[in-house]
Amino acid sequence: MSKQEQIRTMDRVNATLKQRYGRERRFRRFGFFAVLLGLTFVGLMFLSIISKGYSAFQQTRILMDIEFTESIIDPAGEREYAVLSSANYAGLIKQSLRALYPEVKGRKEKRELYAIVSNGAPLVLREKVLADPALIGTRTQLWLPADDDIDMLIKGHIDRTVPESERRIKDNVVAWIEKLEADQKIEKFFNLTFLTGGDSREPELAGIGGAVMGSLYTLIITLLLSFPMGVAAAVYLEEFAPRNRWTDLVEVNINNLAAVPSIVFGLLGLAVFINFFGLPRSAPLVGGMVLTLMTLPTIIIASRAALKAVPPSIREAALGVGASKMQAVFHHVLPLSMPGMLTGTIIGMAQALGETAPLLMIGMVAFIVDIPGGAMDPATVLPVQIFLWADSPERAFMEKTSAAIMVLLGFLIVMNVLAVILRKRFERRW
Amino acid sequence: MIKNRIVLAAALTAAAVSTVNAASRDYISVVGSSTVYPFATVVAENFGKTSAFKTPKIESTGSGGGFKLFCAGVGVEHPDITNASRRIKSSEVEKCASNGVTDVVEVKIGYDGIVMANAKSAEQMNLTRRDVFLALAKQVPNPKGGEALVDNPYKTWKEVNSALPDMAIEVLGPPPTSGTRDAFVELAMEGGCKSFDFIKAMKKKDKKAYKGICHTIREDGAFIEAGENDNLIVQKLESNPKAVGIFGFSFLDQNSDKVQGSLVDGIAPTFDAIADGSYPVSRPLYFYVKKAHVGKIPGIQEYLAEFTSDKSWGEEGYLVDKGMIPMPNQERNQFAADVKGLNVLKLTK
Repeated sequence: MSKQEQIRTMDRVNATLKQRYGRERRFRRFGFFAVLLGLTFVGLMFLSIISKGYSAFQQTRILMDIEFTESIIDPAGEREYAVLSSANYAGLIKQSLRALYPEVKGRKEKRELYAIVSNGAPLVLREKVLADPALIGTRTQLWLPADDDIDMLIKGHIDRTVPESERRIKDNVVAWIEKLEADQKIEKFFNLTFLTGGDSREPELAGIGGAVMGSLYTLIITLLLSFPMGVAAAVYLEEFAPRNRWTDLVEVNINNLAAVPSIVFGLLGLAVFINFFGLPRSAPLVGGMVLTLMTLPTIIIASRAALKAVPPSIREAALGVGASKMQAVFHHVLPLSMPGMLTGTIIGMAQALGETAPLLMIGMVAFIVDIPGGAMDPATVLPVQIFLWADSPERAFMEKTSAAIMVLLGFLIVMNVLAVILRKRFERRW
Repeated sequence: MIKNRIVLAAALTAAAVSTVNAASRDYISVVGSSTVYPFATVVAENFGKTSAFKTPKIESTGSGGGFKLFCAGVGVEHPDITNASRRIKSSEVEKCASNGVTDVVEVKIGYDGIVMANAKSAEQMNLTRRDVFLALAKQVPNPKGGEALVDNPYKTWKEVNSALPDMAIEVLGPPPTSGTRDAFVELAMEGGCKSFDFIKAMKKKDKKAYKGICHTIREDGAFIEAGENDNLIVQKLESNPKAVGIFGFSFLDQNSDKVQGSLVDGIAPTFDAIADGSYPVSRPLYFYVKKAHVGKIPGIQEYLAEFTSDKSWGEEGYLVDKGMIPMPNQERNQFAADVKGLNVLKLTK
């Protein structure tokens, strides 16, 4: 009887065995494809961003013969700062262009000719002369930035083969550029301005330096405020607070806050920090405070999880040898849970770095040219800069947008890798 | 806890420092329209580079949002200037006045054309404003005749006007929050709407119903709200030659190799046609200055002088290079004089 039953069970197992193996294989395949699909999309995104953005790290410049004519810069010959500072440096460039293309006549054509050099070029000359007034009266060759349209032409984003009427750059200008190319007077250089400069409406002068500094100040404020507060809150709730209805309520609210859309924190920041406390608009200080509200729940939840992961035996051992509750927590539990807390903090910071919506309300979505020098100066942040550039009509801002995304992704990857390393190296498992 | 106390102390000191800082501001604060933003920023940048003053800070908040901030009061924590792609409304003037912002200088800076465009690979459209209204309104006069209104039955451009291509109506345009949408509805749709006499007659009797008919865009999928980003619309047009997009002239100007502007009432959206007023869909751009701040915040007068100088808003100025359509000479001189004398806006209703 029993033997018969056993065989019958085996039969039943054998009968469905093939089917069950099949199910497992299918499940694995689904999982594998899901991961593959995700990776493909990530790969596509990186490919599209990098293929569009890499060219922004180079900038076209034109080699020009500049004669620092004294009669144009400083006719009085006094070398006074005010005179040198406001001299007509654009005139020097125009003079050089006219010498290069003597055949250009007529007002309209001359305007087109002057437009091949960037509006920022006179400033380069100005700085050179202010740094060394002895240059006046001499002649030198300088690489000056080209206009963004010329830059697009050199990089191939403007197609020379399409009919003239459909091109932003007309045939006569293309002919001038081709002459420069033949003389090897037009080259692409590494674009340092993009990394160090502030925002500009001229794509060839625009940089992410201001936005990076703004992001840095904002994140420092966020870190200074949210890390100690988050850890303190987590330690109190996990180690000291009594378990009652009130702490339950607090816990529910913290979990709720983690899911509140970030724009709500922006509105709160506008109402409280700006309208009530009278803090200035567009300042990284306010931005950091708003982002603190946003990252606090993340840090508290991660820190509590890290505290929970420390086995009770550690606490009991400390208490057993006579440590006070506070000593047990600060000498033993907190150091052991720190890697987990830091990981949570870094992930919260990475989130804060990519945030734009709450900053919209507090005036950090703004055109700011000057690089902020502190947490009180008006500033913008990296993702906002990307948003503003993506909305600009000039063709050349497209590559700047992608390049700025590359920089932002770079920062995010570094932060997340740091979180993984911290976890791998310091986290202990019991 | 000690840490908590330190944080609190730090926050308080920061707040104290900031109130001191906020008491004086050494840069101009500008808010307002995202349409004026690309022009105002160029002026601000040039101003910052060529003068001893700091570069003004310009926020892109939209015209309505700009007025809200601007009218919130007088004092350094409030902006000095707001940009607008429409004129200030009487309700906004009242709001300003109730908050103590009584003297406001109005400056018209130029025009912006709104274009309808499609991909170069498709046929150029030759539309009338009536076609635009019939293709995009939610309710249109019954095609069979009579004065009854029916839900828009048109599916293709050919049905609207037999001279147009046999192509499904698919229009990408800005969302209702956008000033471009307001202006498009007012200039193009209402312009076509008025061409029906019985609707025009309604304007006097029942203005609300008239506006309801003329200003409501269909919601059955033929009009697609494509977000505020005009670059996105241009990209979508390029990949979908059957679609028509609505956006500002400067984007057409920058992307003339990818898209072509549709003729409206037989006029192509060119720089000259918009400047002389023959292209029907163009709107004026403004900015408003708080007179009480002039002299308090350094550089406002100089910024105004830069904005109203010939090298910026003149016929060959740098704003024109960025796609703004300048005003005629006489109008420019008039506004420049107003700015110089800081003549305060008097709203005539």
